[in-house]
Amino acid sequence: MITLKVNGREVSVDADPATPLLYVLRDHLKLNGAKFGCGLGQCGACTVMLDSEAVFSCVVPVSAVGKRAVKTVEGLGTPENPGPLQQAFIEEQAAQCGYCIAGMIMRAQALLERSPSPTEDDIRAALAPNLCRCGTHMRILRAVKRASDKGSA
Amino acid sequence: MPARALLAISFAALLWNCALPVSRNLEERQPPAKSAFDPALVRRGAELAAVGDCAGCHTRQGSAPFAGGVPLRTPFGTIYGTNITPEPETGLGRWTQADFDRAMREGLAPDGRHLYPAFPYPYFRHLTDEDLRALYAFVMTRDPVRSPPPRNDLAFPFNIRPLVAGWNQLYLGKDDVPRDAAKGTEWNRGAYLVHGLGHCGACHSPRTALGAEKRGEALSGGEAEDWYAPALNRASPSPLAWTKEDLVTYLRTGIAEHHAIAAGPMQTVIAQLSGASEADLAAIAGYIVSMMDGAGARPLGAMPEAPQDERTAMGRRIYEETCASCHDSGRTLSSGGALQLPLAVALHDPDPRSLIHLILEGVQPPPGEPGRSMPGYAGALTKEQVVALLAYLRTLAAEAPPWKDLDPAVERAGAGR
Repeated sequence: MITLKVNGREVSVDADPATPLLYVLRDHLKLNGAKFGCGLGQCGACTVMLDSEAVFSCVVPVSAVGKRAVKTVEGLGTPENPGPLQQAFIEEQAAQCGYCIAGMIMRAQALLERSPSPTEDDIRAALAPNLCRCGTHMRILRAVKRASDKGSA
Repeated sequence: MPARALLAISFAALLWNCALPVSRNLEERQPPAKSAFDPALVRRGAELAAVGDCAGCHTRQGSAPFAGGVPLRTPFGTIYGTNITPEPETGLGRWTQADFDRAMREGLAPDGRHLYPAFPYPYFRHLTDEDLRALYAFVMTRDPVRSPPPRNDLAFPFNIRPLVAGWNQLYLGKDDVPRDAAKGTEWNRGAYLVHGLGHCGACHSPRTALGAEKRGEALSGGEAEDWYAPALNRASPSPLAWTKEDLVTYLRTGIAEHHAIAAGPMQTVIAQLSGASEADLAAIAGYIVSMMDGAGARPLGAMPEAPQDERTAMGRRIYEETCASCHDSGRTLSSGGALQLPLAVALHDPDPRSLIHLILEGVQPPPGEPGRSMPGYAGALTKEQVVALLAYLRTLAAEAPPWKDLDPAVERAGAGR
């Protein structure tokens, strides 16, 4: 059994140590926010947070997580009570098909936690590893801006 | 001690310095008209500027081309690339061809000021008149941009410009471009470009405490911005001998299927080299491959299975569960896409700096440029895991002697992020 701390909760999963964290989140813990895109750390749909860092969960073996806290998009709020960043994405209607959005949100969350007032360039640079195929980039940028200190000021 | 010796020599050099010619009537000159230059010469200058990677230090990302301001971090402090657009006040607008040639060959500005040798005049002094004419034509036909360079931030005594005279006395003009008529025009052109305009040795050669290339050790490996710059001679770390064709492809695209993907400071060099002429790239590659002289022809097995100790066992697990999904052909349907790992040059370097940067930061093409991408693992793996992975890749995959002091090296690289 492997013990993990996910969204503030201790959980134990019966998984091969080589299993990607993404599979454990989706298949064992039924946290289906993070998506499987490429499986090669190239698209960002699987992005979650490990402690303060955004990571591609498809290329992190569950055995490598150790004591570090895993945070997924489900950890930021609920449909009834979305977190500030989730609310900003809703208000900007930043999702089209939505496949990339959980990853976008988690990478943006990591950015805002270390830098609450990012410039547009900071946001663009931080989100560069995450791809969106529908083309809602401008709305995604606005949503992150809205959730930042500068956006609410 | 080197600083004191430098001071003494500088004093003597300073006296001699007073006799240096100063360009006359500088303030009254107007920049030459763009139409004064032959378009064919300007095009040739553009190709040469690509070989010299002028943009690397003179074009700041997201700013006007050649307007300067790129910080160059040296062991002596930070120097900023100057504005080389033909703007009269803050750029080169008032420079004549003779001024330009003197700066390139002797490291002197038209007003007699010494330029710092971070500007590679110790290499550019080898340039032919013909190539200098083309480069001048290229520079003087850029769009003029008014942009004063930021002030350099150098430690004492390096912030005293006239001391450069002493440096020049010690180091300037002590090397020659290798020539060998028997090896043909292309080889000689390659030697000229590598040791001159291309200033490959600025990163790929070891340096003295005062930042000069160590004599007799040209191209035997150096460093740039905390990356190891591999040796380009017999000491080449690549486990597979480079061919001229592979090296041309690498210089043009940044991708050598069996060796490496350009990363770190080499990325900007490659971005420029795509604008170089076919003939010059072939000459550079041909010369370097001849310098390597077949180095690296040693057999490499598949990735080994047997771990030696607990740390390398952990490293092997990390390799299998993270790296192998791209870097180990045959494991999964998509695992053959990236450079197959025992071949990666960074595993065979004499020190781990480049591999640490590659693992922590990954490889991203420069903004707006096409290219391959590898995710960075700084957030995904702990320092302990990165150290274990390095130990495994080095000793078992590369079958090379272990690197020392991996823990502080990873700590330092992580802190610099």
